Amino acid sequence: MIRTLGLVSGICGLIIVGSYQGTYDAVAANKRIAMERAVFKVVPAARSIEEYYALEGGSIAKAGASAPAGAVKFFAGYDESGKLVGVAAEGGAKGYADTVRIMFGYDPACQCVKNIGVVSMRETPGIGDKILVDRDFLANFKELDAGLNAEMSALAHEIKTVKHGSKTDAWQVDAISGATITSRAVGKAINDTAQALLPKLVPNIDKIGSKS
Amino acid sequence: MTTVATAKNWDEFMEGIWKQNPVFVMVLGMCPTLAVTVSAINAISMGLATTFVLIASCGLVSMMRNITPKEVRIAVYIVIIATFVTAVDYAIQAISLTLYDALGAFIQLIVVNCIILGRAEAHAARNPPVAAMTNATGMGAGFTIGLLALGVVREILGNGTLFGLSLFGEGFQPWVIMVLPPGGFFVLGSWLLLFSWRARRKQALEATHHA
Amino acid sequence: MGTVEIRPAPHIRGERTVEKIMLNVVYSLLPVCLFYIYQYGISALASMTVVTGACLLTERWLVKTGTQSGTLADYSATITGILLALTLPPGFPLWMGAVAGFVAIALGKGLFGGLGFNVFNPALVGRAFVQAAFPTAIATYTPSFLPGRFFEFIPSSLAWPLMMPADATIWLKEKHLDALAGATPLAKWKFEGVLAGAEELITSLSGHMAVGPSPLLILACGAYLAFRRYLDWRVPTAILGGAGAVAWLLYFFGPGHYPNPFFMLFSGGLILGAVYMATDMATSPVTPRGMWLYGGLIGLLTVVIRYYSGLPEGVMYAILIGNAATPLIERITQPAPFGKGVFGGARKGASYPLHPGYISREEAGAVTPKKRILKNKPKADERRTPNS
Repeated sequence: MIRTLGLVSGICGLIIVGSYQGTYDAVAANKRIAMERAVFKVVPAARSIEEYYALEGGSIAKAGASAPAGAVKFFAGYDESGKLVGVAAEGGAKGYADTVRIMFGYDPACQCVKNIGVVSMRETPGIGDKILVDRDFLANFKELDAGLNAEMSALAHEIKTVKHGSKTDAWQVDAISGATITSRAVGKAINDTAQALLPKLVPNIDKIGSKS
Repeated sequence: MTTVATAKNWDEFMEGIWKQNPVFVMVLGMCPTLAVTVSAINAISMGLATTFVLIASCGLVSMMRNITPKEVRIAVYIVIIATFVTAVDYAIQAISLTLYDALGAFIQLIVVNCIILGRAEAHAARNPPVAAMTNATGMGAGFTIGLLALGVVREILGNGTLFGLSLFGEGFQPWVIMVLPPGGFFVLGSWLLLFSWRARRKQALEATHHA
Repeated sequence: MGTVEIRPAPHIRGERTVEKIMLNVVYSLLPVCLFYIYQYGISALASMTVVTGACLLTERWLVKTGTQSGTLADYSATITGILLALTLPPGFPLWMGAVAGFVAIALGKGLFGGLGFNVFNPALVGRAFVQAAFPTAIATYTPSFLPGRFFEFIPSSLAWPLMMPADATIWLKEKHLDALAGATPLAKWKFEGVLAGAEELITSLSGHMAVGPSPLLILACGAYLAFRRYLDWRVPTAILGGAGAVAWLLYFFGPGHYPNPFFMLFSGGLILGAVYMATDMATSPVTPRGMWLYGGLIGLLTVVIRYYSGLPEGVMYAILIGNAATPLIERITQPAPFGKGVFGGARKGASYPLHPGYISREEAGAVTPKKRILKNKPKADERRTPNS
């Protein structure tokens, strides 16, 4: 019995290690491509991207293998000449069915959120997933105000989703009629990540101003 | 001799596709059947992944059938099945991440798909490798056909497309229910209805024939 | 010679047959239908014709292939079709209406074996299916009493099969009405916080409100049926009472949050559902106490769904849940047999009135049911041959 079990484990171990080794490069490449595609979507001007962590103390470090505690990951997009054109970050909030994870692009020049992309969601088809296509909703993210307050400790105005048709300020997100919960999740996801990231990032934005 | 062997192999193969079809006749493996069949491409991928695991693990189980002690056989089967599922999991990640996201946890859940354990226990453990693998291929093909039958209907009605190609043009009205879980139940129910109606009609015909 | 029909006892023939009851229900629905057509014009007429036609065709097909029992002559499919059409928006695309009619009869009734065997109200099964399949189309209402409604279809009605209906907002703009005119009073309350006026709600007459037939008319037609004993007055009373009581309680404790109970009762499809759908004989309890329980449950659920879910209207799901609970309600409200039980409580497992053995005792091979009433049960052979 011991011999058989040993044999089985041996064979299985070999198969698993073999397939892991065999597919490792392809998997890594795939993940990178998927990530880059998402970043390029929200920072369309970018030609190349770098991955960074915004650290607790206010400094920025290049992303390594392991994330330090309290760090917020973001991607910096550069154009052909190596100039910073935008920052992309990921955020998530509870939607109608499950967490809605989105990627949004931040433009340091206008201090605003430009473009969003959905990383993953399980919202109701035809209702919640309108956040992908609804033109009025996506128009919110042409220039969504995300400026910091004077002390640079938080956003000057919380990014908030408001009821359909009642948007009055540049930092508000106009919800989709009938899909308020999903819309609210998008607003909250952006707000949470922006609140965590931007106070650390903006004071140091010059450090990553050009491609290193 | 050869013809007899071929005929027997053919029977082994066809058993899974028609007479013992895992989806429509045995009604096994319902969890992935209902969950991942929102589109034809998902259905085929899921079917192929399951088929691979089925063939490989049935082959290995069959090879080791004479040295596997009875007391630990289920443990051995599960380890073998889990191994191939892990391998498939990596392979799908390497092929396409979109597909991997669409299939989600159901790739890992192939481990507990009762078709595979059932085949290992009921067939592979008692037959030589070639017969076991032929039977497993048939079962896998039957499962894939079953998933595809659901996936095609759900994709056409739920999205107006087939394998991602638009069938009806711009103004198509998608049937939202078809991409939701209830749609899976409705379509599966309709297919089961069709199969049992056929079976009953055949029985009735045979009965009148004999009388 | 006519066919000889063999039926088990009782052989006393009553005046009321299934056909007669159903025909009376159809008659009582006619004023409601006429008013609906008067409200929405040719589109409502077409919708009603197509949906009822789909129901009748499906019924005929299923009866012919032997899948379900019954005949077309019992008018039950007609009722299903009319009720289904009344619950759909008047501008609902005709092809979707046909889908709803097919699903209502095939899934709601045919698969269970025909009239009397269905667990859920067929019309509501059909509606639930299209609500899940076409959530946008079923939420698109148009205002009533539009000029020219008798000669012009609502554009969404005439959508090609499988194709998306035309956008109603554009059409409404041409008619110089804003897009919100098409919202039902319930949707307006839920999403805009606007309450409709009492008189408008009751009569559906004034304003271009997007509502079904007037609740007063439905109540009058229902009263006729109840008076002729074609429906049991307890069920609608219990539903309206239950919904009213819950709505009043909530209103009492939080008048700012919740609308008044009157609005709850007379908006949406509550009256139609309570009078015509929940009272479906096959899917509601037969015991009087069960009816009160069933109605109360539906009323409560309606208000809960309207207040606390993402849907503006909750009558349909409330009735479907009530239907599902019916066998259970019947079981716990079984009346005690004569001479049994001081408190009138049902004994454990007392479900014999529905035991098939009782129905077909005369048939050969039928199981003789166990006599549970007698405590000292005589031996089986003694009972059968007392003299030998």
